[in-house]
Amino acid sequence: MSSLSSPYPLVRLLAALFILAFAPPGYPDEGKLEESIGHLGSSSRQEIIASVEALRQLGDHRALPALEALLDRRLRVTKAGRILIKLKTGHGMIDAVTGVVIAQQLDGLDIPVINNQVRIVLSQTIANLRLASPDAEVRLAAAEELLLHPQEEATSALRAAIDREKTTKVRRALALALALTEVAGANKERRLAALDIIGQSDNPNFIVNLKPLLAKQASGEFQEPDEQVRQAARSALSAIERHMVVVGVMQNLFYGLSLGSVLLLVALGLAITFGLMEVINMAHGEMLMLGAYSTYIIQGIFKAHFPDQFAWYLVASIPTAFIVSGVVGMILERSIIRYLYGRPLETLLATWGISLLLIQTVRLIFGAQNVEVSNPPWLSGGWELMPGLMLTYNRIAIICFGLGVVLLVWLFLNRSPLGLQVRAVTQNRAMAAALGIYTSRVDTWTFGLGSGIAGLAGVALSQIGNVGPELGQSYIVDSFMVVVLGGVGKLAGTIWGATGLGVINKFLEPFTGAVLGKIMVLVFIILFIQKRPQGIFALKGRMAEG
Amino acid sequence: MALNGAYGHIAKKDGMVDTSHRTVLYVDGVTVSFDGFKALDDLSLYVDDGNLHCIIGPNGAGKTTLLDVITGKTRPDTGSLFYGQSIDLSKLSESEIAQAGIGRKFQKPTVFEHHTLFENLELALKCNKGVWHSLFGILTPIQRRRIAEVLETIGLTDQVDQKAGLLSHGQKQWLEIGMLLMQDPGLLLLDEPVAGMTPQEIETSANLLKSLSGERTVVVVEHDMEFVRAIAQWVTVLHEGRVLAEGKMDEVQHNPKVIEVYLGE
Amino acid sequence: MLSQLARLHTRRAWIYILSLTILAVLVIPVLNRAVPKDSVFYLPDYLISLCGKFLCYALVALAMDMIWGFSGILSLGQGVFFSLGGYAMGMHLMRVMAGEGVYRSQLPDFMVFLDWKELPWYWLGFNHFWFTVLIIILVPGLLALIIGFFAFRSRIKGVYFSIITQAMTFALMLFFFRNETGFGGNNGLTDFKRILGFSLQEPAVKVGLYIISALVLLISYLLCRYITMSKLGRVLAGIRDAESRIMFSGYNTLHYKLFVFTLAAVLSGVAGALYVPQVGIINPSEMQPANSIEMAIWVAVGGRGTLVGAVIGAGLVNAAKSWFTVAFPNLWLYFLGVMFIGTTLFLPRGVVGLAAILAKKKLTGRDSLQMIDSE
Repeated sequence: MSSLSSPYPLVRLLAALFILAFAPPGYPDEGKLEESIGHLGSSSRQEIIASVEALRQLGDHRALPALEALLDRRLRVTKAGRILIKLKTGHGMIDAVTGVVIAQQLDGLDIPVINNQVRIVLSQTIANLRLASPDAEVRLAAAEELLLHPQEEATSALRAAIDREKTTKVRRALALALALTEVAGANKERRLAALDIIGQSDNPNFIVNLKPLLAKQASGEFQEPDEQVRQAARSALSAIERHMVVVGVMQNLFYGLSLGSVLLLVALGLAITFGLMEVINMAHGEMLMLGAYSTYIIQGIFKAHFPDQFAWYLVASIPTAFIVSGVVGMILERSIIRYLYGRPLETLLATWGISLLLIQTVRLIFGAQNVEVSNPPWLSGGWELMPGLMLTYNRIAIICFGLGVVLLVWLFLNRSPLGLQVRAVTQNRAMAAALGIYTSRVDTWTFGLGSGIAGLAGVALSQIGNVGPELGQSYIVDSFMVVVLGGVGKLAGTIWGATGLGVINKFLEPFTGAVLGKIMVLVFIILFIQKRPQGIFALKGRMAEG
Repeated sequence: MALNGAYGHIAKKDGMVDTSHRTVLYVDGVTVSFDGFKALDDLSLYVDDGNLHCIIGPNGAGKTTLLDVITGKTRPDTGSLFYGQSIDLSKLSESEIAQAGIGRKFQKPTVFEHHTLFENLELALKCNKGVWHSLFGILTPIQRRRIAEVLETIGLTDQVDQKAGLLSHGQKQWLEIGMLLMQDPGLLLLDEPVAGMTPQEIETSANLLKSLSGERTVVVVEHDMEFVRAIAQWVTVLHEGRVLAEGKMDEVQHNPKVIEVYLGE
Repeated sequence: MLSQLARLHTRRAWIYILSLTILAVLVIPVLNRAVPKDSVFYLPDYLISLCGKFLCYALVALAMDMIWGFSGILSLGQGVFFSLGGYAMGMHLMRVMAGEGVYRSQLPDFMVFLDWKELPWYWLGFNHFWFTVLIIILVPGLLALIIGFFAFRSRIKGVYFSIITQAMTFALMLFFFRNETGFGGNNGLTDFKRILGFSLQEPAVKVGLYIISALVLLISYLLCRYITMSKLGRVLAGIRDAESRIMFSGYNTLHYKLFVFTLAAVLSGVAGALYVPQVGIINPSEMQPANSIEMAIWVAVGGRGTLVGAVIGAGLVNAAKSWFTVAFPNLWLYFLGVMFIGTTLFLPRGVVGLAAILAKKKLTGRDSLQMIDSE
């Protein structure tokens, strides 16, 4: 290789001269950029370091692709000394200097060898250049990278970048990155200012940087001699810790709300079948399961037949799940449950039998294992509300979905003719029948509605957990608790019951663990019922006897 | 509040209730509200010992709620309830109130349909109602005789071994009254005791109730004006949770306020 | 005393009971122990264990019938009481084999595995048999007393009580599933060696346990029969049919419900304790809510409110289960599901009721089996 490489410098020189001659105006250092990039392929590490340094001096972000490629071992050198970049995405290559795409396959490419020394210089340079990038996203990424791995060498580049920066968000990140390097510095003024900035950052990651300032040596003396600095560090630390408490509460609240909306969706159907019709449906959990499996089937259909619209499979599965669970519910009401009205305990047992049949059927068709239901792309990811608090889109979507379904159910019950009939039958069956309402038909539709809503809950569950034949079993106990807690026959009670239970669960879990938390919630419900036997929103008087 | 001196006489004392002031039941300023609706609104009512006291009123006047409050099924928001001079009903549970000597018949006849008539009466019998006593207790001959007596009174001796579920509606009403008699209560509360009865059955019931009063105090809540006219010694008219009028039947009947509530707009 | 006992049944019913008892505690053991193995009358050992298991189930069913059939309170927590009795017995069996486990430690194997250094306080005393017997009765009884007190006091009834007890079942199952609660976690307690010094592998010991189960069932049956024939039984049925009338007749229903709920829990606990040495394992899956509901169907299939029906139902359903899960494992749940639906829809009085109808037997008075109509 070394014997072959001897004629190349000349070629390189010629190429550089060529580019220099045609360089566009406004880039006086154009030639230098090309030259330095050209040297990145050198076999001498000293030469590579020198050219990296030169590129840093130039401060031109256009060198970034080549530098990053060098760091990632994606840089290639042709026998002719041409520097090529292998694209991250696949096999394509571009010319590092001209950016021209290389179509043909090239053989005998060399990979420049770098060591740790090069790597350090390289990553610093990349950070500096990124800070100078015209793209705000890149600058932000660079600042965040520096927050994770502070580099003292980047200080001046950071200062320059802060002076240039116009975007507030990036500017803040840059200032923080600077603060982090300056805290360790010697200038007291700057250290105090830096600690102030860190304290305002609310970022729990900096606790590691602050703790040493407050630590004591074995001799009992503070590692940090300056009392003022210690004081500043202390207040910064407590500011961050205060923020962490806020984040923790918010996080529990968010998870609690999302669990609450799941419970709400699950319990809403129960509130209708149990609360309005006084039918205790132990197969309600299986209606959820049917909804979740409907989602799975729709996902499969989209995968096979409409792969381009795959992202929308979830939207299509909402009506499907509603109809599948609803129709199954209506069939059950017509064939079994209607013969058991007024015998709640028998209904409980019969519907338990139904749930066994449904579970076993699904198990025989789809297998006993969980099936895979994936989030559509628009539900993955999240929204960072504040440092350390990430609200994932799928949970946000479930909260919105839950509220939307509640709203629809409320509108249905209170604004639609069928809803009016449902309420009439609930309050006084005989009177409703006397007024010409087909009470048995209303029963069927009401039961179908309750089951259909359970199907909707199944769609939601498929997005946050496993989908298996026993999916429904794990929610049935909780959702009955919601209905008991919320009081029977009141939508508002169900909403409060569900959110309350969800939030309490999530706040208890960190202290007690999930199991003890569940037991405590149960004890709480039993004690609660002591005080308010009819739930939060009690029906009193004649209605209570029903 | 006017005391009904004409009929007030001190009758059977069973040693438990102190009716030395002739009044067996005091309802004082009782208010019960359901979701803001006042079923009873600062209601005060006194029942004289040994009287046959009828409470009438249109639907929703609070009649059944009043019985619920007296028997401990519903707790009053405010006001006090005393049985005799010393028994504070608001502190007792339903079963304790029953043991204190207040019996109640429901609007809908409530008997044990899967038990025989004998067993129905046995369950109602005034005796120790504790678990252990029920497990090991055996009926004494006196108690058996008492059951036979009551069967006689309610005219169902022939059906003694029949299941109560097989009785007619009217017979069930009587059985329930019979069960109340087994309890040997000082105060009987009857919620529409003749609802759904034939005219003949109603007449029999009227005689039965009349024979009971004097010995015990009977409070009847009723819609049937004919029946009330036939039996009542004292009438209270309730309206919207308050006492509208009080007095003997013919006084109440001619009270303009009562006529307005019942007849007019 | 004896005359009181005799009054529990007609002469004919007594003859049936006595012959069944003789069959169970004499004939079956003889067929197993004294008949040569190649004879057609020989009963293999596994059948003895199976029968012993069924007897325990029958005892639970009896308890379920007391609380549900007679008192109308559908408790979905009987599986928990059963398991608590079973765990108490399991803990005793673990303690008496200290030092004989895989690790030769004084601690049960799973504790060694979890690197525990000493026995948790609630394991103390279980090396004594009579202490264990006390616990078998006290723990399920006390739990029922506490849960029942709070539930019945606040007038929780009907399906609400069922839901609350199911939630309790669920929570306790999770509790026993945890490793750190010290009950062997997932795997529970198993690999027992001896009971009262007798090896559990010995066929004769198995027959002995079977006979004890049969006798305990007989005594429990007579006890339940006595209760249901007394006025207390009529009060319980009164609570089932018209609770407010019972209350306004001066009975404190809380005490009665507590009595029957606690009794049912104790009986279930005893059943669990007899069950564990015969099947050789107790783990949290016994506490699954599904198991407790299945107990209700045993009673429903046999016939509610008849006591005999409960025993028959437990035998029938479990025999069917044993056969199905071997012959058609996929179909068992279908069969069970259909049984739940079919019994409630078409057979509200269960097999016993059906037999009574078929025999067109005129039921009169109290001496015949106490039938209840479907509500």
